[in-house]
Amino acid sequence: MATFTFELVSPERVLFSGDVDAVVLPATEGDMTVLAGHSPVMTTLKTGFLVVTSTPGNGRRVLVRGGFADVNQNGLTVLAERALPEEELTQDILDQEILTAEMHYDATNEPAAKHAAESAIAQLREAKAALNF
Amino acid sequence: MPSLKDLRNRIASVKATQKITKAMQMVAAAKLRRAQSAAEAARPYAERMAVVLGNLASGITVGPETPRLLAGTGSDRVHLLIVCTAERGLCGAFNSSIARLARDHANRLLAEGKTVKIICVGKKGYDILRRQFAEQIIELVDLRSVRQLGFEQGDMIAQKVLSRFDAGEFDVATLFYSRFRSVIAQIPTAQQIIPAQIEATGTSSDAVYDYEPDEGEILTTLLPRNLTVQIFRALLENAASEQGARMSAMDNATRNAGEMIKKQTMTYNRSRQAMITKELIEIISGAEAL
Repeated sequence: MATFTFELVSPERVLFSGDVDAVVLPATEGDMTVLAGHSPVMTTLKTGFLVVTSTPGNGRRVLVRGGFADVNQNGLTVLAERALPEEELTQDILDQEILTAEMHYDATNEPAAKHAAESAIAQLREAKAALNF
Repeated sequence: MPSLKDLRNRIASVKATQKITKAMQMVAAAKLRRAQSAAEAARPYAERMAVVLGNLASGITVGPETPRLLAGTGSDRVHLLIVCTAERGLCGAFNSSIARLARDHANRLLAEGKTVKIICVGKKGYDILRRQFAEQIIELVDLRSVRQLGFEQGDMIAQKVLSRFDAGEFDVATLFYSRFRSVIAQIPTAQQIIPAQIEATGTSSDAVYDYEPDEGEILTTLLPRNLTVQIFRALLENAASEQGARMSAMDNATRNAGEMIKKQTMTYNRSRQAMITKELIEIISGAEAL
């Protein structure tokens, strides 16, 4: 299977850099999978899991919050405002994230922002359930 | 002529000072390593951000719909200076050189008849600047309680700046911080952050980009985030510079103390010798007189 260069960067560090087969992105307008040779696209991200497949049938999941992805001929670059690999997730971190999202929800009155915060909370709850906390 | 006891005391006190400066130097060296790796780890994000933003901005033409963060408010009457300094002193000329750069900038703007507002990040810059610009300083951001600089702090400052910008309180914002070149070289830097300065990337691809959601919307979410990233980066660079400056300042202080000890010890030994000689002469001349 053809591979492409993928970089996952958060403000604090570079989380992943290398060749991968496929990446599933939690884009604002729905999840999308990027494969090698994808046409150039730029999209914002919502809160959710990003799945990196470097060998077939083996996914590494990373929880990202906000940010955007840039696909061009050189590969895929994801700039996440916050990114947490699955291994590093704990209940406390998730609870904290949920709390932050809820605060965002309460703080804003714009329908769009409200909706975004709501879906973030739903995503985080789902993540919590999926990880059996 | 100080007595021998005075000299001994003086040497002891300089030695104690030297111990302190030596310890501070070692602490700064340890902190510097951490701050430097944090600053380096943050670099890729800021670089990619600049590239993405450059790609995006080169594709659009500045028009009335362009976000004001990119195009500006159309005037440059009110300037906001964000001055990032350290919370602590004893780091050589670090704080004063940033403050001096900011002060020169502010004076020039004031001479041109512009309005100047200042946000101080870090207490030391505030202490220096408030002497002259007490009325212009509108806010002091205190990061003393922060142990490990995180993205949140950058975000917090960016939100403050953005809400003031949205309220129309200023037209142009400039960030002052010290860029970390090496342990001995920190460069005070002024960087304009609003309106955003974007270097057009020469490599902008011919390929047609798909935007999801549309271009304008991405740009509006991207620009505030870029501001946060720039401020965050400034904070990290500043933290590394501060430790570097402190390290070399304390290294100098330790060396000076060493020199002082050497000189004092010399004087001490000389006067001790002189005393002995004097006593001998007294004994000998006493014996001769008999």
